[in-house]
Amino acid sequence: MSSVLDRDIRPASVEPRYLDGEPERVRHIRAQAAERFNVLGWPTTKLEAWKYTSLTALTAIDWKNDQRRADDDGLVSLFGEKPVAELTFVNGVLHANHAALANEHPGIRITPICEAMDLESFVQHFSRYADYEEHALTALNTALWQDGAFIEIAADTAVEGFIHLFFTGSGSTKHPVVTHVRNLIVAGRGSQITVVESYAGKGTYFTNTVTEIVAGESAIVDHYKIETESLDSFHVGTVQIHQERSSQVASRTVAVGGALVRNEINVALIGEGASLSMEGLFVLSGKQHVDNHTVIDHVAPHCDSVELFKGILDESARGIFDGRIIVEPNAVKTNSRQTNRNLLLSETAVIDSKPTLEIHNDDVKCNHGSTIGQLDEEALFYLRARGIGEEEARNLLVFAFASEIVERIRIEAVRENVGRALFPRMPGRMPERWGEER
Amino acid sequence: MLDIKNLHAGIEGKEILKGLTLHVGVGEVHAIMGPNGSGKSTLANVLAGRPKYEVISGSVTYQGKDLLALPAEVRAREGVFLAMQYPVEIPGVNNIYFLKAALNSVRKHHGEEELDAMEFLQLAREKMKLVELDEAFMTRSVNEGFSGGEKKRNEIFQMAVLDPKLAILDETDSGLDIDALRIVAEGVNALRTGKHSVLVITHYQRLLRYLVPDYVHVLAEGRIVKSGGKELAEELEQKGYDWVEREFAASAEGAAAAR
Repeated sequence: MSSVLDRDIRPASVEPRYLDGEPERVRHIRAQAAERFNVLGWPTTKLEAWKYTSLTALTAIDWKNDQRRADDDGLVSLFGEKPVAELTFVNGVLHANHAALANEHPGIRITPICEAMDLESFVQHFSRYADYEEHALTALNTALWQDGAFIEIAADTAVEGFIHLFFTGSGSTKHPVVTHVRNLIVAGRGSQITVVESYAGKGTYFTNTVTEIVAGESAIVDHYKIETESLDSFHVGTVQIHQERSSQVASRTVAVGGALVRNEINVALIGEGASLSMEGLFVLSGKQHVDNHTVIDHVAPHCDSVELFKGILDESARGIFDGRIIVEPNAVKTNSRQTNRNLLLSETAVIDSKPTLEIHNDDVKCNHGSTIGQLDEEALFYLRARGIGEEEARNLLVFAFASEIVERIRIEAVRENVGRALFPRMPGRMPERWGEER
Repeated sequence: MLDIKNLHAGIEGKEILKGLTLHVGVGEVHAIMGPNGSGKSTLANVLAGRPKYEVISGSVTYQGKDLLALPAEVRAREGVFLAMQYPVEIPGVNNIYFLKAALNSVRKHHGEEELDAMEFLQLAREKMKLVELDEAFMTRSVNEGFSGGEKKRNEIFQMAVLDPKLAILDETDSGLDIDALRIVAEGVNALRTGKHSVLVITHYQRLLRYLVPDYVHVLAEGRIVKSGGKELAEELEQKGYDWVEREFAASAEGAAAAR
């Protein structure tokens, strides 16, 4: 049925949007990306990668591309004073820049990306990793992005604490707003950095984000993407990670909000001995639709990757886990594990789980698996038999399922925030220990 | 304390308890013994309110209340405790958090003030000594990665913290070494204050050496076929269950003939 609808999608046609004084190189990339988008068009469910997610509801809306300053009342930083630097964007427009203090450090540069276009590392890395040739939404983003964050950490520099990139959207059915956010994070050799990207908002809006992350040799990068968008919003995001020799990256994605969400995380392990830990948690209810799409490409030998995605789906929510691990012919001694676990809390919730391994050499250790289940009745009875009421017992078990991911969040403020965001309808039910210092 | 009258109950449409009658007075320790399949675990689970067990007929009165009408959590809050035969592992639920939530729901039910973290920890530490459980266990997930003996000791620890009025031990002794057995017995003996009642369900007489019951009942084919004092347990050990079952069958035939 969706294929019939998909035929009705308007042919894609965008013009690249140039920023004032933009370098020729960037203009050229925008023009190419726009051209590619006009060839590719919006993805349809006929594409294997978009099999489970139709964008018809999104493309039917006449999105306003103007950058009218959204009303920002009630806009509060999620973490107060805790981040070492924070950039806040409202509908893609820079709203607050609290990076001055961090920028005093000679090895640290945190700036809106539109101010970074002449920097050497921007020129070297921008748009090198996220694929606008084949990926329509990345092409669209590359043609139209207006702002975002640029972070560069010099070699052997460690950033204490975390950097927060906060994106809020705001729109209405009368004035639905589209924003294309572009971020670039470059972690130099031996550097260490933690970046939290969070997305929130109200009303009807569409956020299309691309974040490119370069983890240089032996760099340690922790990246969080916390998505708590409005329940009337659309969110399509790609995190593209490039890992050089012996780098260690932790990628954690939490998806709670959004009517329709597509989260793509693509990692290329390019240098020997790189290691990746990728975790995801999606907690959905109502008619939410969240599609998690991950690709881990083992290019070099001796790399490790561990991936764990967990889904909790209630009511009529729809979740997708489509995870692919590719082990290239040269990537001998690869160690890779991919797991997807899902908890269905209602009869009408649906999950599609598609873990895939593609191995092109025989000197590897790889495994993958997925499970879909309901709450454990035995555990439920055990809790009740000790006096804990049925509803509280259910909540406890749901929390327990989520906690495996939540407890790996190393930043207390983020862990607390995620705990609260996960269960807005269960006030006061958050396990106390999620708030503990560790 | 507990009055079970002509209880018929089963699971998945199969009748297992076939007219069980038992009275447990305040402060008494009763042992229920019987061969496998006699209905021991069914009795324990029906009393605790495990959902998949169905009561067909009969009544259970606990402290003057219709126990069978109460959901499992209310039974627990009213003071019924089941030490499970197979304690379940619950990954992600912290032992100490879980037990504090349990104790506080019991306290709330009785209109008592909830304990804060410090008060609870103090109580837990005290009870932990009783069961010789290492404190490290408390910060782990409920029963996760515990050995069989540790799981059973954790049951007794929970019992000690929750301080139930009626404790039901469902084959808590099976698979335990002598040390663990002694700890379980001590846990139960600590409840012998004259105010608590205990129902010890067991296949073996072993535990009853440490934990001397006031009454011993033999359960066979869903009914209590013989009751006596502590010496009955020893007699069973020597003669086996067949002896009681034969005797019961004979008396049943006799009763039928007399009618």
